[in-house]
Amino acid sequence: MDIVVCIKRVPATDTTIKIAADGKSIETTGVSFEMNAYDEFALEQALRIKEQLGTGTVTALTIGPELAQKVMRDALARGADKAVLLTTDDWIYDGAATAQTLATWLAANPCQLVLCGKQAVDSDNNQLPGNLAARLGFACITEVNKLEVADDTFTAERDIEGAREIVTCKTPAVISCNKGLNEPRYANLKGIMGAKKKPLEVSAADLPTPAMEIVSLELPPARAEGRIIGEGADAVPALIEALRNEAKVI
Amino acid sequence: MSNIIVIAEVRGGSLKRPSLEAITAAQQLATASGGQVIAIACGNGIDAATSELAGTSKVIAIDGAGFANYSGDAWAKAIVEQVKANNGAAVLMAHTAMGKDLLPRVSGLLDTGVITDVVSVSCDDGTFGARKPVFGGKATMTIRATKSPFCATIRPNNFEAASGSSGEVAKVDAPSGDMLSVVKEIIAAGGGTTPLAEAKVVVAGGRGLKAPEKFKLIEELAAAFGPGVAAVGASRAVVDAGWRPHSEQVGQTGKVVSPPLYFAIGISGAIQHLAGMRTAGTIVAINKDADAPIFKVADFGIVGDAFEVVPALTKAIAEVVANR
Ligand SMILES: Cc1cc2nc3c(=O)[nH]c(=O)nc-3n(C[C@H](O)[C@H](O)[C@H](O)COP(=O)(O)OP(=O)(O)OC[C@H]3O[C@@H](n4cnc5c(N)ncnc54)[C@H](O)[C@@H]3O)c2cc1C
Ligand SMILES: Nc1ncnc2c1ncn2[C@@H]1O[C@H](COP(=O)(O)O)[C@@H](O)[C@H]1O
Repeated sequence: MDIVVCIKRVPATDTTIKIAADGKSIETTGVSFEMNAYDEFALEQALRIKEQLGTGTVTALTIGPELAQKVMRDALARGADKAVLLTTDDWIYDGAATAQTLATWLAANPCQLVLCGKQAVDSDNNQLPGNLAARLGFACITEVNKLEVADDTFTAERDIEGAREIVTCKTPAVISCNKGLNEPRYANLKGIMGAKKKPLEVSAADLPTPAMEIVSLELPPARAEGRIIGEGADAVPALIEALRNEAKVI
Repeated sequence: MSNIIVIAEVRGGSLKRPSLEAITAAQQLATASGGQVIAIACGNGIDAATSELAGTSKVIAIDGAGFANYSGDAWAKAIVEQVKANNGAAVLMAHTAMGKDLLPRVSGLLDTGVITDVVSVSCDDGTFGARKPVFGGKATMTIRATKSPFCATIRPNNFEAASGSSGEVAKVDAPSGDMLSVVKEIIAAGGGTTPLAEAKVVVAGGRGLKAPEKFKLIEELAAAFGPGVAAVGASRAVVDAGWRPHSEQVGQTGKVVSPPLYFAIGISGAIQHLAGMRTAGTIVAINKDADAPIFKVADFGIVGDAFEVVPALTKAIAEVVANR
């Protein structure tokens, strides 16, 4: 099975966000970037499917800045066969434009399975997989916690409110991966050395006009300073009093 | 005239409350843009649920055996036909497991994008916009749509549920036939648990609980609020340790919740955890370390041992609930 894994380069999750002077983006100096955490599960799953079937290819695909080469090399070091970087200098937050650009590439480079993370932790969009699948006419299952493949059929498990859902589909499909699906491997030295010899194709992305535009980016209002009610179980009556008469939530 | 469409979620024959909250958001847009609020619901045998769609001018029920089980692609196709036929200028759905799956697919078919997990919506001079948390809740983005229709998923617990009369129901036969993906089975989590994102109270525990069996204290505090009110949450540390299922994880790589009341018990308050709960109405922290970062975002804190404080709190809450 030929598998494409969509990967986004995002700020590390422990980044303290500062708003840039334009009021629409974040200050990136001093910020370390990494592979989107959910995309690690997608890459791992792709590698496992290839290992299970004993055949096929794993291609890592990203739209991002030139600097995203580092994340692509990491994907190659972990075991992807090939990486493709479509470059843009802009921060891409619009799922429609991303989906359209990835769909164009995927139409020219057919595969049977596209694996994504469930969500990019910068724009927190949680929309690319479905949007992409609709454009490609592929089946789609999102936020999967378990995934099995037999011949051309996928069986996945996903959480819904208060229950789990078993969903099936056939190839070609877009499947987005949740935390818990697997335990991602890290690159070892052999992988890192080997990655240098693997193909990394870089070309400019042809992004369409976005379907939405950022008006402003703001830090959330700081929460009003709270207070320590007291110590130990003796403080419980005072807490009840505060929840009841001050916050009025019980 | 262009209209504001809400895709309502019906599961097991009953209407999900976040759909009514999405209708309230739709009403705000309809007031500003001049259209009507039209709900679309899909399923098999959904008469009772569609009659509860308060605050709508019209309800389109795509009903029939073909839609007995959810299929993102088949439902999206049928919905898109109705959005077009009813001049949808905006399409809203709750940010639930189904909403997150379905609306992106709908938007892709409409060749537009979707603004997800929004906390407010607007329409100025015919241009739709929304605000949503980004970077795991560490920033808020205001976005304007430049393509039509405008699509957005609405974060649960952010709008009041719509009330009032429901629109007349127009029935459309659910198509049966090709489905690329389909739900084969739904396995209930058991115990009638309240969905984390919809709960009015979230009682979350962390590594300070010391052992998985000690989560009983957390479960008992949640239960003290009465049935259907509170849900149990967890920090990533205890999920990674296998003490709690991932579905309970609150934070940047878990669920983002904003209940009116949130308890963080034995949770240090790492930046990734705060991302998932900092928009809660009132935050209560119980931690034995007075310097724990969680106290910086908590409205009320108790410095103390969870094993001592939580049982006392559970008793006190149970009394309040019993006397209501
Ligand atoms: C990529 C990435 C993503 C992440 N995503 C998430 C996420 O989504 N959600 C999340 O929660 N974390 C996330 N984390 C992890 C996060 O950084 C923290 O490690 C985690 O939140 C810590 O969990 P904790 O507070 O339970 O444990 P600890 O940090 O170990 O804190 C335990 C707390 O319990 C207190 N305590 C100890 N004993 C008692 C007692 N008897 N009574 C009362 N208090 C007591 C201690 O004082 C301490 O403050 C992520 C990390 C990374 C790198
Ligand atoms: N710029 C991008 N390049 C490649 N894949 C992306 C990009 N943006 C998002 N994705 C993929 O889509 C998933 C969901 O992202 P999003 O819908 O933006 O939250 C991510 O986890 C990635 O797998």
